[in-house]
Amino acid sequence: MKFIRKEFDKVKHHFEKGGKWEKYFYAYEAIETFAFSPNTVNGDKGAQIRDAVDLKRLMMTVVIAMIPCLLFGIWNVGHQHFIAIGEPGAALMDKILIGSIKVLPIIVVSYAVGLGVEFIFATIRRHPVNEGYLVTGLLIPLVLPPDIPLWQVALATIFAVIIGKEAFGGTGMNVLNVALTARAFLYFAYPSDISGDVWTHLGDGTAVAGFSGATPLSIGASSLTTGENVVSSLNAFGAGWADGLFSFTNLFMGAIPGSIGETSVLMCLIGAVILVATGVGSWKIILSVFVGSYAMALVMNLFGANEFMLMPAHYHLVIGGLAFGAVFMATDPVTATQTESGKWIYGFLIGVLTIIIRVFNPAYPEGVMLAILLMNVFAPLIDYYVVGANKKRRLKRATV
Amino acid sequence: MGKFIRIKKGFNINLVGKAAPKVTQTEHSDTFAVKPTDFPGMYIPKVLVKEGDTVKAGSPLFHDKRHPNVLHVAPVSGEIAEVKRGAKRKLLEIRILADKQVDHKTFNKYSSSDLSKLKADEAKKLMLEAGVWPNIVQRPYGCIADPEVTPKAIHISAFDTHPLAPDYSVLFKGQDQFFQVGLDILKKLTNGLVHVNVHTTSEISSVFSQTSGVELNKFSGPHPTGCVGVQIHHLDPINKGDVVWTVNPFGVIQIGKLFLNGIHDASRLIALVGSEVKDPQYYKTYTGTSIKNLIANRLTSDHVRVISGNVLTGTRVTSDGYVGFFDNYVTVIPEGDYYEFMGWIAPSMSKVSFHRAIGLFSFLAKGKEFKVDSNTHGEPRAFVQSGVFERVTPMDILPTHLLKSILAEDFDEMEELGIYEVIEEDLALCEFVDVSKHNVQKILRDGIELLQNS
Repeated sequence: MKFIRKEFDKVKHHFEKGGKWEKYFYAYEAIETFAFSPNTVNGDKGAQIRDAVDLKRLMMTVVIAMIPCLLFGIWNVGHQHFIAIGEPGAALMDKILIGSIKVLPIIVVSYAVGLGVEFIFATIRRHPVNEGYLVTGLLIPLVLPPDIPLWQVALATIFAVIIGKEAFGGTGMNVLNVALTARAFLYFAYPSDISGDVWTHLGDGTAVAGFSGATPLSIGASSLTTGENVVSSLNAFGAGWADGLFSFTNLFMGAIPGSIGETSVLMCLIGAVILVATGVGSWKIILSVFVGSYAMALVMNLFGANEFMLMPAHYHLVIGGLAFGAVFMATDPVTATQTESGKWIYGFLIGVLTIIIRVFNPAYPEGVMLAILLMNVFAPLIDYYVVGANKKRRLKRATV
Repeated sequence: MGKFIRIKKGFNINLVGKAAPKVTQTEHSDTFAVKPTDFPGMYIPKVLVKEGDTVKAGSPLFHDKRHPNVLHVAPVSGEIAEVKRGAKRKLLEIRILADKQVDHKTFNKYSSSDLSKLKADEAKKLMLEAGVWPNIVQRPYGCIADPEVTPKAIHISAFDTHPLAPDYSVLFKGQDQFFQVGLDILKKLTNGLVHVNVHTTSEISSVFSQTSGVELNKFSGPHPTGCVGVQIHHLDPINKGDVVWTVNPFGVIQIGKLFLNGIHDASRLIALVGSEVKDPQYYKTYTGTSIKNLIANRLTSDHVRVISGNVLTGTRVTSDGYVGFFDNYVTVIPEGDYYEFMGWIAPSMSKVSFHRAIGLFSFLAKGKEFKVDSNTHGEPRAFVQSGVFERVTPMDILPTHLLKSILAEDFDEMEELGIYEVIEEDLALCEFVDVSKHNVQKILRDGIELLQNS
């Protein structure tokens, strides 16, 4: 450690004011503070001691909560590949290998490009490199399909970091969730690469007879035209080549085609437990997203105008990216509401909107992404009313 | 009759180095000092003495130009050694070379029967003249009370929940009579109630429990329950236009001594606490005692930070500095100017944290005493609202929004969000737990000054 410290000390003066690489101070600082937490001390007046937490640790906690989703996702990409080519019994290691070959490059591109943009901005705009990208860099790959072209990953990342975050002033100032901005960008810019039969990585293999790349959401949406019962079509799906692929249990466990990290509700719940136990994610938001979507799905059941509306409410919780969105996207402390009571409203409305978009707008089956982005925009409005209520209470107290 | 209020939100920081209930007489301190910087909101202090003048304990040293009748007096007798000024000739401190034996200036003495007949104006006049008035702090703004105003109520917090805070039953032992007389005097100055607020879990000193004629309120809960601002919020909140006074028990006792003994008595106990102190305990001395004298040969290390007051709201003092006017204790902790390899992720049981983020396991060690240094443990960042401010602020106040309104200098918003109800100490825990390492107390004081000077 001493050796590394000495190396840093040796070059540090070049980056400080008046040094020859003064311009790159924040880039240097980012690397230095990554290796060593700084030796800064508290001011003369006020708090003389500080909590051991910092933003880096907070962000790493979220990254660690995502690891179960990531590992499961890597395995699942391989698993779906072998199911699709008719070899569901392939060895575990083979599945992981195929998964890693597909997933790791996406992660590398996402981090490299995203951090690159961050460093450039930090240097030009003269502000410290923010840790927010530690989380975003992993969130982006997890919400993308395995076969996404890498250049699209790079493009979406650049767009999201610049337009979604840096344009607003960096981490802490952004209005929209950065990872969802990336995904929404791809969704609207390259719809053919992120919808339809893209969720299973086939590679050079030939699909098994009867193979279909449909997802539970697209089956639900297609029931609007076919008029078939959604649950029975889900149960019948995969007959002959992957029996019971869309059974409720399997939907919950997540061994189904979909975005890399968001198929498994179980893994998302493990992440949720980590986030809630560490106090990093708001349990209020997570719970209220689930409650909101379940309640809205029940209301749909009540009307029951078509087959998708009649789909049992609990199915909505396990299909698509609802769980992943609730746990990792909606809880983003920057873009969520900032008041505690606002969090209930915010989460609940995300749940409600997700179901509405899913059921009534089959062109955009992935409702949760749009619902969260929409509520990101409305979060300040919710806060406005919650803060207003606080002011009113204070005013009322004075007049009594 | 008082209220019982249970407070749940907050956080106790349990540190190594609590004072043992042992009192020692300090060696004679050469110099004492009075510092205008101890009084927030002071406009321009006008100095009334010259270097070389001799003063008695109770002789005026300076007053604020805006409040010429509020005198600040010498705590001990002796010779004015130095009138120390800083940049732009700002008065920093007036140092007194102390006599071996304190010689008091004498004021009117009152017997208990006289006291009951004493008029409020007369009492006020004596308090101003004898220099005990600066003990009275007003809300809003947390500055010295304006003698022209009659407050809505007077609040006295009779316990301290700050880290390493001394035990008031040791600090004010045997002062029952003075405390009661002080309360009687304060009662004359308000049309409302005088509240004495005690904590339920610790044994309540008879100094406070035997008081009469006041509201004795009981509180339970973690820090910041001991902060008088939090107590006021739950008992009788401050609305726009209200003025409330707060006095700490030392001030009440000093007022009592003035009326009973006819002197400005600045003798007090100061606790020397913290992980770097050998044998932490109480020392008998006077207000404004020199740090050098207090810490000499009593520290275990020399790479330390000496704080007048506590680790959350205190002021760092150098070894040639002096203890602050309002401070009952001096805390000594290690200086934290070191690099830590991978310190942002390394797991630790020994770093105290309100959070439970990955690797911070201090929450598992219930009852453990921590040794904490002055390192910031991270760099400043933009606000990231994770809801922790709300969990350490047991008031119906939204700290993040209040702080943002101050940064935006939005006067209406500050008022509406309750800036009048808080001073630095009430939100000091927010500064401690903040992930983004903001100087919350500094921001708040800036906001208060904006309103005060508007």
